[in-house]
Amino acid sequence: MLSTQKISLAKVAAKAFITPLTVRTFASSAVRNVSINLHKNSFESYNCDAPALDVEISKEELVRMYKSMVTMRRMEMASDGLYKAKLIRGFCHLCTGQEAVAVGMETALTAEDKIITAYRCHGFTYMRGGSITSILAELLGRKAGISGGKGGSMHMFTPNFFGGNGIVGAQVPLGAGIAFAQKYQGHKAATFSLYGDGASNQGQVFEAYNMAKLWELPAVFVCENNRYGMGTAASRSSANTSYFKRGDYIPGLKVNGMDVLAVHQAVAYAKEWTVSGKGPLLLEMETYRYGGHSMSDPGTTYRTREEIQHMRSNNDPITGLKQRLLEFNIITEDEMKAIDKAARVEVDQAVEEAKASGEPDLSEFWTQIYQKDAGVPSVRGREPEEMHYY
Amino acid sequence: MSSMLKKAVTVSIPSVRQALARSNPVLANALLAKRSYNSKGGVEMTVRDALNSALEEEMTADEKVYLLGEEVGQYNGAYKVSKGLLDKFGPKRVIDTPITESGFCGLAVGSAFAGLKPVCEFMTWNFAMQAIDQIVNSAAKTHYMSGGNVDCPITFRGPNGAAAGVAAQHSQCFAAWYGSVPGLKVVSPWNSEDAKGLLKAAIRDPNPVVVLENELMYGISFPMSEAALSKDFVVEIGKAKIEKEGTDITIVAHSRAVGFALEAAQLLEKEGICSAEVINLRSIRPLDTETIIKSVKKTNRLVTVEGGWPQYGVGSEICAQIMESEAFDHLDAPVVRVTGADVPTPYAQNLEAYAFPDTEVIARVVKRTLNKKIGA
Repeated sequence: MLSTQKISLAKVAAKAFITPLTVRTFASSAVRNVSINLHKNSFESYNCDAPALDVEISKEELVRMYKSMVTMRRMEMASDGLYKAKLIRGFCHLCTGQEAVAVGMETALTAEDKIITAYRCHGFTYMRGGSITSILAELLGRKAGISGGKGGSMHMFTPNFFGGNGIVGAQVPLGAGIAFAQKYQGHKAATFSLYGDGASNQGQVFEAYNMAKLWELPAVFVCENNRYGMGTAASRSSANTSYFKRGDYIPGLKVNGMDVLAVHQAVAYAKEWTVSGKGPLLLEMETYRYGGHSMSDPGTTYRTREEIQHMRSNNDPITGLKQRLLEFNIITEDEMKAIDKAARVEVDQAVEEAKASGEPDLSEFWTQIYQKDAGVPSVRGREPEEMHYY
Repeated sequence: MSSMLKKAVTVSIPSVRQALARSNPVLANALLAKRSYNSKGGVEMTVRDALNSALEEEMTADEKVYLLGEEVGQYNGAYKVSKGLLDKFGPKRVIDTPITESGFCGLAVGSAFAGLKPVCEFMTWNFAMQAIDQIVNSAAKTHYMSGGNVDCPITFRGPNGAAAGVAAQHSQCFAAWYGSVPGLKVVSPWNSEDAKGLLKAAIRDPNPVVVLENELMYGISFPMSEAALSKDFVVEIGKAKIEKEGTDITIVAHSRAVGFALEAAQLLEKEGICSAEVINLRSIRPLDTETIIKSVKKTNRLVTVEGGWPQYGVGSEICAQIMESEAFDHLDAPVVRVTGADVPTPYAQNLEAYAFPDTEVIARVVKRTLNKKIGA
């Protein structure tokens, strides 16, 4: 979809509506719904119907989506700066360019639905309720961090978001297990388990597919295909790069992951599919990261700068939504600038708050090894005299 | 009901049991006592039935507890530990998995994150090597890494260590491997009381617990006290038990080796050689060093016994901890480890016998240790 057509999808989407007059708005001003037509190449299906290309969405929701993506990007850019300033150590995997996936998912789901992903998790943590301050503080290894500074970039959790997982592929069976628990407890909700093109060949992913299908779990498996598993292009890692078909007996849907509305539509469709008892579904989000695999990777040794620039210029999810908002008169250029500015201020403030937070107390070194530290009388430190007694 | 059961006579004729089980499973469950009576009128139970009771009781008490693993349901358990559970609780709570350890272990861990209390059975702990990433990186570490935000109340169980004639890939002891992981609790029951109490404690424990059973112990009967028969009976994790008191030397063992240690102690006492104190570790992690230290202060000599390989093992850990503790000053001889031999387990019976410690080896080492004096 994206690789063969060098046309800007955002421009195509705008072309779907030739004039603003074709925007259907309702007579009552209280109901501010917009009907947007997605580009015909937004979806490709495997053993199922594709979702409708008509998206019914409120103006408020659209503006929220925009604000979320802008804020998320600011947050990741701030992390980039903090890492280069050596205030963040170890691993740091940014989702710059991939914002539409986390944002489009969140708007289609409820708090009862659960999400689990791998290490590129800051954006999801934010959408699932983590404050920017707690996310940045966690990256800085501070007390105010969402995991108390004890997890770092790859280990962030909220009540309905299960990380943040460092071992590639392990999160997929975990996600099937969360879906299992939802079914067991009779919750009418779904679990979305995300993994990348790099993780898609893991054996345990197929083990999870098998059990999800056998036991009809409300599991949606989402392959975030950003074309590269670290430095390895998808075609060099996968004998079959049609990730949405890899579920074999599980139907699948390929989605333009750079279009937040396409993501939203697909996720709403997937949730309805699984919760209505049709078993698991596979989604492939075609997306792209502007940055390297992590902060240690410039991201230019295995792909061209032209490709990166092309994606930025023609497929950027924020620009795409921006153009829609303007074309359909959802908000004005000035209102948009105000949102951008507010996001910058919010993130800058969060950076300051995070920096102001101190390192965790040494006493936290010994806590939470076990739940409630129960039944374990002592923990050994580095030498016999460094014992901690509970 | 319980008094009725106590007075009930065991129906031991297989065909009658089967007929009753087919016609009225609920009644059969109640009447067909898993217990038998010894000559003194006390109740006895096999380790297998003790584990089965533990599972049944905990699944009855808490809706969130469920069992998954290969052949646990329709087959009634590869070693019959989960016999009757599918009939009693149904397929929602007793789940037969495909042969995909990595996947079903991960699924179980994820379900624990999301509020259930899974009992994840590995047909043997050898197969859990395929799932060890989920046990260590997902189950053990997540509570800490999440700053306490995510819990993992899961129990992993299955037979560990040597069986008989199953050779190298099916005979490994994993006590040392799992025992080294912070965030896990590891228990290793010997007799029926251990098995029932530790499994119940493990299922109730909000932390991930590894239960290392032993296939050769499944069929062995042991007396069960009144307390042990209660549905609220638990054995505290992290506390060893002194199975036999003694004065001249301490023998510390876990799992099947406890039986051999007790036999060796009896033999040595009969021969008038020494009075040995035998400690049943019960838990590998946390290790009850306090009980061992107290015993060493009394007896001044220590021998450890385990089925696992010698290097980097449970005995090695006990040696190190004793050396670093006040007990060192009370030793009249170096601590000696009796372990499995440092070889992949062979198949031929005579070779296999040479691979694992037994009563004779323990007695020999104890005698030798008693003859040593520091500085002599």
